[in-house]
Amino acid sequence: MIVAIASGKGGTGKTTVSASLASVWAEALARPVMAVDLDVEEPNLHLFLRPVITRTQAANLEIPVVDADICTRCGECRELCQFGAITIMGDMPMVFAEMCHGCGGCRAICPVAAIGRGTRELGRIEEGSAGAIGFLNGRLRIGEAMSPPLIRAVLARLDSLLQKAGAPGPDVLLDAPPGVSCPAVAAVAEADGIILVTEPTPFGIHDFKLAVEAFTPLGKPMAVVVNRAGAGTGELHAVCREASLPILAEIPDDRAVAEAYARGKLLADVDAAYRTMCLGLAEAVAKHVREGRHA
Amino acid sequence: MSTIIAVSSEGPTLDDAVDPRFGRAAGFVIIDAAGNTRYIDNGASQAMAQGAGIESARRIAEAGATVLLSGVVGPKAAQALSAVGVAVVEGMDNMTVAEAVAKYRAGSA
Repeated sequence: MIVAIASGKGGTGKTTVSASLASVWAEALARPVMAVDLDVEEPNLHLFLRPVITRTQAANLEIPVVDADICTRCGECRELCQFGAITIMGDMPMVFAEMCHGCGGCRAICPVAAIGRGTRELGRIEEGSAGAIGFLNGRLRIGEAMSPPLIRAVLARLDSLLQKAGAPGPDVLLDAPPGVSCPAVAAVAEADGIILVTEPTPFGIHDFKLAVEAFTPLGKPMAVVVNRAGAGTGELHAVCREASLPILAEIPDDRAVAEAYARGKLLADVDAAYRTMCLGLAEAVAKHVREGRHA
Repeated sequence: MSTIIAVSSEGPTLDDAVDPRFGRAAGFVIIDAAGNTRYIDNGASQAMAQGAGIESARRIAEAGATVLLSGVVGPKAAQALSAVGVAVVEGMDNMTVAEAVAKYRAGSA
């Protein structure tokens, strides 16, 4: 089972929820778990799980390299590329590597096979473990503008790790990037279910509605965790009712939680009551995704 | 090679204001050595999600420009213009196209 923890607004508690779910998952469900940080622009799950990294590899995007001696300057690649990544300036073919989305269209359309394969480093994929919890994350190269290709590379690595583990492999918790645009959609696209973490602030509620709108068409089981529950939660309840989304947990607006977070401590380790809440949440998440998938 | 000047412009004439943007300029007034002018519309670049500067660079290079006067030219556009040997003069905004050309010709740019 692969569960994505997502949100519309950033800073609502995706990582808080992901890290604590990972830490109690095995106890709550008697199943191994793997935690994957897909917020490759600013990964932070490792700050809470403190994994030992045992393998790091570069993730690359395939980009065109033009052989100017073979190129006839016909301009077909330039016409095709929607990103302006390949062009002919004066009499010279030019590639703007950082604009390329790696679709390979230029190479396919070139009538004289003048375009070969080069690479641009997207970032790094790191893997290891935090105790019994498997750990995987992506870390975008500084200066790289596109995160979805790296997110997909991390997911491809996850897939090969799961294949290697065989059935039944570990359950997977994906800590998604915030927002509702390409990176967030790339992160939740392969999940069996989505947990939306939100907060009862005007921005939180606004972006929560966007997230519901963006992810509902994916047709996956979806449920909600309300963080900093307190004033304003009533409006969130109404939105969830309207969208038929169950609320699996409400984390109160509690200074003790913020203090623990600031120290890099897990929500599940704040006190016994929070641990019980996290154990219950893990069970509820697994149940909701399992039943939703079969519905 | 005679100098052909391209000026990023908000409109088609010498009296129009210099468009401070290069890649997403409304268009370019092209002035040849004899002082003849013509206008290249750049609306297609304005509509691009990315790569507007590169496309604009290609457009003025194809028009034969050897000098560009504009406000600010982005790094990728600058790279493209340099590849085809178009000289770039930035900071030519807050004036008309005619004033920019006069300033360039007077060597005070």
